[in-house]
Amino acid sequence: MAVRRKAAGWSAGLTGLLVAVALVSATVGPVSVSLPTVAKAALNAVGVPTGLGVGSETLALFGASATVPVPELSYTYLFSFPVDSTSETIVRRIRLPRIALAATVGFALAAAGTVMQGFFRNPMADPSIIGVSSGAAVGAVATIALSFSGPYALQTAAFVGAVVSAFVVYLVATEGGRTPTATLLLAGVAIQTLLGAVVSYLLLRAGESLEQALYWLMGGLLRNAVWTDVAVTVPVAAVCFGVLLAYGRDLNVLLLGEGDAHTLGIEVERTKRVLLAVSSVATAAAVAVAGSIGFVGLVVPHIMRLLVGPDHRVLLPTSAVAGAAFLVATDTVARSGGVEVPVGIVTAALGAPFFLYLLRTREVHSL
Amino acid sequence: MTLDLPSPLDALDASAGDDAAGTRPAAETGRRTDDDPLLEVDDVSLSYGDLSVVSDVSLSVEPGEFVGLVGPNGAGKTTLLGAINGVLAPETGAVRVGGERVADLSSRAASRLVATVPQDTTVAFDFSVADIVEMGRTPYHGRFTGDPDAAAAVDRALERTETERFRDRPVGSLSGGERQRVVLARALAQETPALVLDEPTASLDVNHQVRTLELVADLVDDEGKAALAAIHDLDLAARFCDRLAVLADGDLLAVGPPEEVLTAAHLDRAFDTDAAVLPNPVTGTPAVTPLPEPGDLDRRVHVLGTGPAAARVVSTLTAAGATVTVGPLPPGDVAAEGARELGASVTTAPAFAAIDAETEAAVRERVAAADAVVLVDPLADALAALVRDREPVVRVATGEDAASATAEIGADGADDEPDGPSDRWTGRGTDSDRPAVDAAARATPETVALGVRRALDRPASADD
Repeated sequence: MAVRRKAAGWSAGLTGLLVAVALVSATVGPVSVSLPTVAKAALNAVGVPTGLGVGSETLALFGASATVPVPELSYTYLFSFPVDSTSETIVRRIRLPRIALAATVGFALAAAGTVMQGFFRNPMADPSIIGVSSGAAVGAVATIALSFSGPYALQTAAFVGAVVSAFVVYLVATEGGRTPTATLLLAGVAIQTLLGAVVSYLLLRAGESLEQALYWLMGGLLRNAVWTDVAVTVPVAAVCFGVLLAYGRDLNVLLLGEGDAHTLGIEVERTKRVLLAVSSVATAAAVAVAGSIGFVGLVVPHIMRLLVGPDHRVLLPTSAVAGAAFLVATDTVARSGGVEVPVGIVTAALGAPFFLYLLRTREVHSL
Repeated sequence: MTLDLPSPLDALDASAGDDAAGTRPAAETGRRTDDDPLLEVDDVSLSYGDLSVVSDVSLSVEPGEFVGLVGPNGAGKTTLLGAINGVLAPETGAVRVGGERVADLSSRAASRLVATVPQDTTVAFDFSVADIVEMGRTPYHGRFTGDPDAAAAVDRALERTETERFRDRPVGSLSGGERQRVVLARALAQETPALVLDEPTASLDVNHQVRTLELVADLVDDEGKAALAAIHDLDLAARFCDRLAVLADGDLLAVGPPEEVLTAAHLDRAFDTDAAVLPNPVTGTPAVTPLPEPGDLDRRVHVLGTGPAAARVVSTLTAAGATVTVGPLPPGDVAAEGARELGASVTTAPAFAAIDAETEAAVRERVAAADAVVLVDPLADALAALVRDREPVVRVATGEDAASATAEIGADGADDEPDGPSDRWTGRGTDSDRPAVDAAARATPETVALGVRRALDRPASADD
């Protein structure tokens, strides 16, 4: 089938690009590591989960603390190339988790962005359009400003905030079982504004933790990445992506308009609910571990649509992989300067001019 | 894979028994028998909030039948079609396709029974033609199993609509007519027993309008589909549809063969306009000519003349508000038919025969009763003689004379150089000092109302 061949071909090529970008990225940093060393250390880090145990973490809330059990996976590693231990530690403990997390986050954001643009038939739609990022920001900034701590308190709060605000937007825009996309868009804008006010207020109250909160808002969380982040995010992103991919054909038909889609056998409202829910969860998971990162979900799908066309069965996987490569590359730029900047600044700084360029030269407006 | 066209009724049975389609068990719905109409609209009402859009409409379409839904803008045509393809749920009544209530079906099951050609066929995204047609297979597509028949069905649909040569072109690069055929191919790929078309010709030029409807009519004939199309062009609807249904203000005014349904009375009720319905000279199907709002020429005018020019004069004068009498005319003359359609009073007399005394008396009576008389060239002397000593008289020139007649009307309608025939008709001299009315004012069929007005407005002539 031509569509599958096209999707597989493009995805394979882009995956190659992603691996190349990742390897080059792992050589960059205060300590320069050669490419062969990086490759060996990366292969050494390839592990398969072989066991599940129980560890413990300390949870602190309003001064009280408690120890809670958390699941822990144990891994078996496939390779053991000889690599000097400093390089191995730098690559495997510091750079690779960050690169893997950036790739996962870019993948999820670009996939969700592709779906949102198709869903809304609107070129300005991105994963945060229905309030996901604003909700996550409220959760995250509240956690930081009010000094909650504990294992994944920040990520959990951000994730819950994102999902709740998307759900509220959906409820506000739904009447009599129908959710008109225009209403959804406007409700999303209104809720984003409201949550923006909450975030501003929390920032005023943040005091000493203001810098940390600002870092979150600019997508600065990647620098703290550890393998556990990756292990939590990858399954969520993978499952969401799988569902969205299975709906690729439905998305194509939805592009014809909801009336047409209905006469072509799509259960329009149910399909919209699935797409909204799944792409919101994917976005929420990405934003929860990385902080608020703009433009990946907006620009990457546009670029890929110009390259591979509008068919979501091709566009969705290629956009997702391209998003992964894009975020790894921008995060490398973000940390390669003298002072590290949050990656959200770099994606916006690179993405916005590129988007303007597309707007002036290509038919982005015809979407 | 055979290339035989599957009967749409097979598809019907298949979907009726298909559990995955979300239908009720076949035993409950009952299988259709051959006597049932394929598409049945039974007492359907729909409204938007408090506004009733369609009320108690019943209509049925047989396999192999092409029914046109006509009516003014806002009559509820699109809304009714929405109830048929399952996008809207009727408030009362039911739409059944092959005995199944469409409102009870999942959209997947409904879209295996009814395919829709929408009004707006523009596609914002640049899918290829083959991609668009393949979307017609969506109701057969398993999320993980795909649709093994897709390729064959798409090929058939492309072939049937003669769109194969575009198959790899982006749909955005096609003309409106080509795109319409592609969307029709998409509907064919759905392999449904019923086909609903919403203004399929609305944005097409004349040639593509005819070709599109021709194709639909052929498909309906060849494949035994039941087709219902909202068509705003009454002439085209009459030409291609087996039956027409007139919808006005949500009510079904009439259903039947075009020649029975397209009457001046129905059109007046449905469209609130006076219209003339005459057989199209080429196709023989009814052709509707809406007439302008009646004017204020509140006078009696008698028209002498035959043929198309006289017919046009009668129609122009009627439109201007005049009470028109015509005659004598042969019974089958186009002017006679047109005049009757317009409500003018016609005196008929056999063609190619001398006018008998009775007819002559009748005509003289009407001429005498008229405020003005219009003579339409060419006119037999015997007829011209009937208006001797009558005035005002307007002479309608046709053919070569028409241009000069127009010029004269433009120049105040005066005939400064009355020629022989005028003199003979009016029995007046040619003294240029006398008012021009003494000669016949000249006009063309289009300007005759102006000519009559001017002739009537002139000061009384020497006779009075």
